[in-house]
Amino acid sequence: MENVVPYKIQLLSIVGSLLFMLFIFRLIVKGKLREEYSIVWIVCTLFLMVFAFWRNGLDIVAKLLGVYYAPALVFLGAIFAIIIFLVHLSVINSKLQKQMKDLAQEHALLKAELQKKDA
Amino acid sequence: MEQTGTSKNVLIIIPCYNEEGNIAKVLASLRSVSIPGVNIRALPVNDSSKDNTLLEIKKLTSVYINLPINLGIGGAVQAGYKYALKNNFDIAVQFDGDGQHPADYIARLIEPILNNESNVVIGSRFLDKQGFQSSALRRFGINYFKYLIKFMLGVTVTDSTSGFRALDKKTIRLVCDYYPDTYPEPEAIVIYTLNALKIKEIPVVMKDRESGQSSIGSFSSIYYMIKVTLGILFIYIRLKGNGKRSAL
Repeated sequence: MENVVPYKIQLLSIVGSLLFMLFIFRLIVKGKLREEYSIVWIVCTLFLMVFAFWRNGLDIVAKLLGVYYAPALVFLGAIFAIIIFLVHLSVINSKLQKQMKDLAQEHALLKAELQKKDA
Repeated sequence: MEQTGTSKNVLIIIPCYNEEGNIAKVLASLRSVSIPGVNIRALPVNDSSKDNTLLEIKKLTSVYINLPINLGIGGAVQAGYKYALKNNFDIAVQFDGDGQHPADYIARLIEPILNNESNVVIGSRFLDKQGFQSSALRRFGINYFKYLIKFMLGVTVTDSTSGFRALDKKTIRLVCDYYPDTYPEPEAIVIYTLNALKIKEIPVVMKDRESGQSSIGSFSSIYYMIKVTLGILFIYIRLKGNGKRSAL
């Protein structure tokens, strides 16, 4: 069976996903990325690594799913993952906005209370 | 108003965003209001105005709320409701800081609550069709909300976007839990109705704003209608799903 992934690109993918994994780890260690958000990225990198090492993997999975052009599966998976993650971020954003509103109100109310005590 | 026992405390919440030219007049008009058996306290809420609204407020009163970040009209008004709940007010009146709302109607606005006839009273421009009637585009939007709310809830509110309203204690407690951030007025009506609160509309005469900008530009009217429609639909589904309990 002909490989979909030539050697050069395989090497590139392995190096690329390793660097990406390293980058994520560094962000966590430096405290710039919270662990709960890093999980999704680590899972993504693991996926990339599996297919970087397992040369026939993409072909086999594509055939299994009935995808004729194997690389299209990569795009499909990537776009799907991106959309899910964007929704996830929107949810977090909404939560933050509500928490910020509650905090701002609480802060303003406390300040008003202090003023009353001073007066 | 024959009230048995002690007098009622009424908080007038005045959300202000860039109202330096109006707030003094608004506070003066409120100071001239006196209702027997009722203590009135005005509470300006400065929603992080970019102009000198805060300075103007400080000159006139020591009782105010100054929000550290801009929350939008809903967040500002809700801060006022939280103040009312904390300080045990009997009634909270929302009164816009732009000078459009008539202070001399406050007595009539709170009367149905004092008489235990309703939980929420809304001042409507369209019951008697007098005074400032808003632009044609806005009236179209308001009519659209009227039919949408009537279709979904079976109640008729002629001026669902009116911010001139009085809430009783039970309603104040409810809106402290959840109140929409932007363009909250029509959505709030859905929340009240699905919580089995009694809404009453009374006719009022409003003025056109004297200075400053409205919170809704005519160019964003379409966005306003879409946002409010979505808000109404989702709050309806959410509350129906919760078995008509509270909004969160």
